[in-house]
Amino acid sequence: MTGFETEFTPLQSLAGGVLIGLSAVLLMFFQGRVMGATGILSGLIAGTAPGDRGWRAAMVAGMIAGPLLVMALSGQMPAVDVPVGWPMILIGGFVVGIGVTFGSGCTSGHGVCGNARLSPRSMVATVTFMAACGITVYVIRHVLGG
Amino acid sequence: MRLLSAFIVGMVFGTGIAISGMINPAKVLNFFDIAGTWDPSLIFVMGGALMTTFIGYRLVLRRDAPVIEETFQLPLARDIDARLIGGSAVFGLGWGIAGFCPGAAVPALGSGKWEVALFVAALLAGLWVARAIRDRQTGKGALA
Repeated sequence: MTGFETEFTPLQSLAGGVLIGLSAVLLMFFQGRVMGATGILSGLIAGTAPGDRGWRAAMVAGMIAGPLLVMALSGQMPAVDVPVGWPMILIGGFVVGIGVTFGSGCTSGHGVCGNARLSPRSMVATVTFMAACGITVYVIRHVLGG
Repeated sequence: MRLLSAFIVGMVFGTGIAISGMINPAKVLNFFDIAGTWDPSLIFVMGGALMTTFIGYRLVLRRDAPVIEETFQLPLARDIDARLIGGSAVFGLGWGIAGFCPGAAVPALGSGKWEVALFVAALLAGLWVARAIRDRQTGKGALA
């Protein structure tokens, strides 16, 4: 299974990255928490404390509203092209859920917030998941799918 | 205040995910496909996000407390153990299989595509199962 080309978008990606960082800073400013998608979702489904689900649900609603806002302003929904079939989506989703729980975070929690705090744990986690993802993509696209 | 600020934080995050291209698994997988259809855009996403957070956290953490809560709740764990490394490796495996990480998949739900809904459903199932296993190991109730 090989991929198809996607356009190199350094300026848009940088601007989007700044917004992702801004959201992390805002959450620290308002609630004094690190912004991790894993923690938000995990707390939402498990309910860590009474009254703790409301703000998590509001944040998830805001996350979904973001691309809709972009669509409203630009007249176009940002591309979401899923280049793999449903069995890989299903397996990938479940495996990600297991991994981020035991790894205590994902691209946002470790990759952005933890690294910005210069946390050695987050640096190790980030190097590990980036390497594992790169190896997986190489094996799927160039060894198995060749 | 808590709900409104959380919604705004989520919307800024989701807008960033959308504009940056993180929302698009084809683009994310291409970032990792250096030997194939490589697209280095995601370096700029990570760079922009890290730079902003690095500076912003230093400004915010000069305050005595956040706006809503009484104290900052920063992660305290410091152990670099097999659980951290193993879990992160498993996450990377799943990310490479499907092309979505959790923070990109949730905003992508806005696209209305069934593939995203399937991924998020599987992700939530994985989170729930893993929490149940972890809590049993640490002797807490499954939903504690």
